[in-house]
Amino acid sequence: MTGSIAHDAPSTALRVLAGPPPGAGPERHVDHLARLGALPPARDLRDVIPVLEASGLLGRGGAAFPVGRKWRAVAERSAGDAVVVVNGAEGEPRSAKDRALMEHRPHLVLDGALAAASAVGAREIVLYVGSEHVAAQRALAQAVGEREREIGVHVRLVTPPVSYVAGEATAAIHCIDRGDARPTFPDVRPHERGVGGRPTLVQNAESLAHAALIARFGDAWYRTAGRGPTRGTALVTVTGLGGRMAVREIEYGTTVAEVAGLVGAALAGTSVRGARSRGANPGGSMRARAGLAPGLGAVPRAGEDRGPGAVLLGGYFGGWAALDDVRDAPLDPAVLREHDLAFGCGVLSFAGAGTCGVRATAEIMGYMAAESAAQCGPCVFGLAAIAEALRRLAQGTAGDGELDRIEHWAGLVEGRGACHHPDGAIGLLRTALPVFEAEFARHQARQGCSALPVKAA
Amino acid sequence: MAERLRLDPIRCDGYGMCAEVLPELVTLDDWGYPIIVDGPIPRHLLAHARRAVEVCPVLALRLQRVEAGGQGASGAGSGQVTTGGS
Ligand SMILES: Cc1cc2nc3c(=O)[nH]c(=O)nc-3n(C[C@H](O)[C@H](O)[C@H](O)COP(=O)(O)O)c2cc1C
Ligand code: SF4
Ligand code: SF4
Repeated sequence: MTGSIAHDAPSTALRVLAGPPPGAGPERHVDHLARLGALPPARDLRDVIPVLEASGLLGRGGAAFPVGRKWRAVAERSAGDAVVVVNGAEGEPRSAKDRALMEHRPHLVLDGALAAASAVGAREIVLYVGSEHVAAQRALAQAVGEREREIGVHVRLVTPPVSYVAGEATAAIHCIDRGDARPTFPDVRPHERGVGGRPTLVQNAESLAHAALIARFGDAWYRTAGRGPTRGTALVTVTGLGGRMAVREIEYGTTVAEVAGLVGAALAGTSVRGARSRGANPGGSMRARAGLAPGLGAVPRAGEDRGPGAVLLGGYFGGWAALDDVRDAPLDPAVLREHDLAFGCGVLSFAGAGTCGVRATAEIMGYMAAESAAQCGPCVFGLAAIAEALRRLAQGTAGDGELDRIEHWAGLVEGRGACHHPDGAIGLLRTALPVFEAEFARHQARQGCSALPVKAA
Repeated sequence: MAERLRLDPIRCDGYGMCAEVLPELVTLDDWGYPIIVDGPIPRHLLAHARRAVEVCPVLALRLQRVEAGGQGASGAGSGQVTTGGS
């Protein structure tokens, strides 16, 4: 199906973000067509599912579920009446990649949704874009307007309220159907019964943009990018290295230090500290279990800028890692998973060595507790209890056994909500405890905070 | 075919009646919400399990068939069920 395409496929690392520079604003349809050509015709798109499966494309909403397999599941149940939901909720506070993509490449995201609609047999597309992502909404609405006559399916925009859980798949369906962006506990999954009771494909906006390129250029092309087991490219959002949130497209397998370099920040001490870390950890593991992060618990002199000491990978559903352990780690979901780390939605949030890991973690868990949709007891009360205990630790008013209680509650919360919100939060907590081990111990012993009073970036 | 208890955590209000009639499989957490032993219900506890489903005032508990091997709900044909990725 790709043979007749005269247009050049984007080469290596710049794919979904290839094209005009960010300052140029939303790409217009004529420019998009001149650059990439049209999508294959609808009758050909019905055969795109095996191509997607062969590409190995993984979902970019965080769970890294194979996109082709999901399209197949919906297609098998659709009687031509399925619904495609473009998930652009992006409630993750440290992620900006979906809104950046929707704003600058609206036609590529739309192409992905149209390809999905043809492939799974849908006659409706819902653009589900967080109400705070105004520029993305405008760009998509304009893109739909530019192609009104060509688009054969019903397209509508739904804007959920600002919330972390609004982007969860059942919350999206609930919001679209009833205006209530809280998760539900359905008997069957969205691919069987979703929007309006119809088979529904809920797919992250970035996932759809990659699918749009694969539909044009094929699975073999897609797999030419990537350095390790996971093929292709991915968007990442980088924060905490000074300046604003930066969105970049990388080849899977690009290292943490290289990503820092992409946003113009060299990670201090790459060779010396990296070498020491590896020496202590001969297996090449990116994260040893205990006694990590020699720099993080030590007392920095006031005002001393020692650069980042830790990095939050994958956002609030991901986890902390000591920078010394992951500096040269490949950003590849399969490799990271082997080390109990997550690529998640592609967030790399660096925290300075002067940042108190206890405080940073307390702030995140406080946020996650507040963002509970307040429906399930263990999520509501468990996350609140943990967040309170962490706040006491951070403020230097820890009671005896606070850390033990936190571990106990973590075990009670995990897996007991209707959605994975509490599991994501607990997963992050479980990475914080070893990475900031010395700092947690110091706070538990009420020995004060060794770090500078700096907020997590 | 074996059955398991399925709890809807959104409906559950934590009254704990289920734990009273089925203490073998249901304990309450620090906040009074039920922790249910997962997996197929042993035959000798089935009657109690049915009773637990009946006493729940908000219909948060259900019995659900499990395939041989004890994993997964009937009718869940796809791998998406276990990933939460759907
Ligand atoms: C609490 C919570 C919040 C989520 N928020 C988002 C989100 O903002 N955007 C998104 O694409 N997926 C989000 N997800 C994942 C979705 O449930 C779903 O897996 C995803 O949209 C599927 O698309 P993908 O397979 O392309 O990643 C969230 C999941 C959970 C549990
Ligand atoms: S687990 Fe938490 S966020 Fe998810 S539905 Fe239940 S209360 Fe809401
Ligand atoms: S009886 Fe029903 S509402 Fe009460 S704890 Fe058990 S499941 Fe929850």
